[in-house]
Formats: sequence, structure tokens, C-alpha cells
Amino acid sequence: MKTAHTLTLVAAALLLGACAEKAQTAATLKSDDKPWAGARADFVAQGWQVGDKTSWEQQLRKRSQGQNEYSRTPITP
Amino acid sequence: MARMKFICDSERCIECNGCVTACKAEHDVPWGVNRRRVVTLNDGVPGEKSISVACMHCSDAPCMAVCPVDCFYRTDEGVVLHDKDICIGCGYCSYACPFGAPQFPTNGAFGLRGKMDKCTFCAGGPEANGSDAEYEKYGRNRLAEGKLPACAEMCSTKALLGGDGDVVADIFRNRVLTRGKGSEVWGWGTAYGKPGGSVQSPATKS
Repeated sequence: MKTAHTLTLVAAALLLGACAEKAQTAATLKSDDKPWAGARADFVAQGWQVGDKTSWEQQLRKRSQGQNEYSRTPITP
Repeated sequence: MARMKFICDSERCIECNGCVTACKAEHDVPWGVNRRRVVTLNDGVPGEKSISVACMHCSDAPCMAVCPVDCFYRTDEGVVLHDKDICIGCGYCSYACPFGAPQFPTNGAFGLRGKMDKCTFCAGGPEANGSDAEYEKYGRNRLAEGKLPACAEMCSTKALLGGDGDVVADIFRNRVLTRGKGSEVWGWGTAYGKPGGSVQSPATKS
């Protein structure tokens, strides 16, 4: 008798569970890789340690200075 | 690291469209889609100004706010990216964006609208860095290669600067302070400094 009662409860729980509302989000966002984790080795720029965040930040700072003509050519007075 | 930003110096942009071409070539951007474009004000009038425009990777991006399927996300570096597997191509982001950055590839005679495409700051998408899947959907991931966006790095006049906001702002500030502002309201002197001033132009070199 007790087993039948338990089974009924489990069946009811399963049935009601199937009626529950699903999440309304279209999909979960995939997590993106960190940029300092590197990419395909044949394209990765030289001069920094792949996987090291500080080294990557240093590399980008150095690379940014390539856009600064005053650091590339001497300023004549 | 601060947020990644673009700055375009309107005094220097010569409307060569090199940035547009570099972007299209680097990412194999399909026909009809321009992630970056050059906008000219007062075209043909002396003193016309041009700037290179793409996604500005807004700190409070309106595209993110209006997207009904929440396909946008922002990386720790402040780059606004989106997931094409979630995008439904509705175009809301295109109406919300003040820069016209979201682009939609058209296909066939009736202009079937595909999934949104935009500048990624050369940071790819949610797929594995540098993977074929990422390249096919979003193009190259130059940030993961330790490089800056192709458009900014190849800009011949260095009008377009891209990178860490603090760094590019410093470069731009230094440039503006160095070249100063004189009687000329446009031209070489304004863009590069006056001959004989603190910066010698190539024209005055022997």
C-alpha cells in the first residue's frame, strides 16, 4: 500500500514537472576564450608569452605605440 | 587594461578607404557588407572632413539593449561581440545603432536578410580563438594573435587609432598638443604641425 502511494506521488511529480514552464531565453551564450590564450600559432605575433595576461597587455601596449609617429620618428626641434 | 576603443582624427583622414579594404580583406567580409566605411562631411568643399566609422564598441551599447534574443556580449576588454548562432537577423540593432554599424548580408533576388555582421575589433566571436568556425563567421581574431585591428594598424596617415582607450587617447592628445592650432583651419599644418615648428614636416627636410 505504502509503495503504491509512493509510486503515485512520483508519477504525479513527473507529470507536473513536465508541465513546468521552460526558460524563455533563446540560448545560453557561449563563453568566449580570453584573448591572451592565443590563437593559431602560425599567426600569433612574436614577442609575448601565450597564456600570460600581463605579457599580452604589454604586447598590445607596445604594438599601440606603432601608431604613434612621434615614438617612431625623432622629433627635430 | 582599459577598454578597447577607436579614435579617428578627422584632420588626417584622406578618405583613401584603406581601412575599409583592409577590413574586408582580413575577414573575408561578404559582398554588400562593410564593417567599416569612410564618411565625408561637406564633400567637395574646401575643408571637407572625413572619418572612418565602424562599431564603436559602446560602453552602454544600444544594440545590446534592444536585441530580443540577447545575442550580444561584452568581453573583459570592452569589445562588444555577438553570437551569430543566436542572432535571428531581425534588424533591431541596426535601428538602435547611431553609427550604422550592424550590417546584414543580402542573398538572392529578394534580398533575404541574413544574420547580423559587424566590426569585432578583430576579436572574433564565441568560437575557439583562431578556429576555422570562428573565421568563417567573424573573421580573424587578431587580438588573440597579439595584434591590434587591421584597419588601425595599416592606416597610412595614422588617422585611425585603435587599441587600449587610455593609450590611444594619450597618442592623440600628444599629437594635438604637438601640432597645435594656427591660422590654418585645415591642411598639412593642422594635421602634422607647421614647418619649422616643434615637428618638422617631411617637406621641409633637405
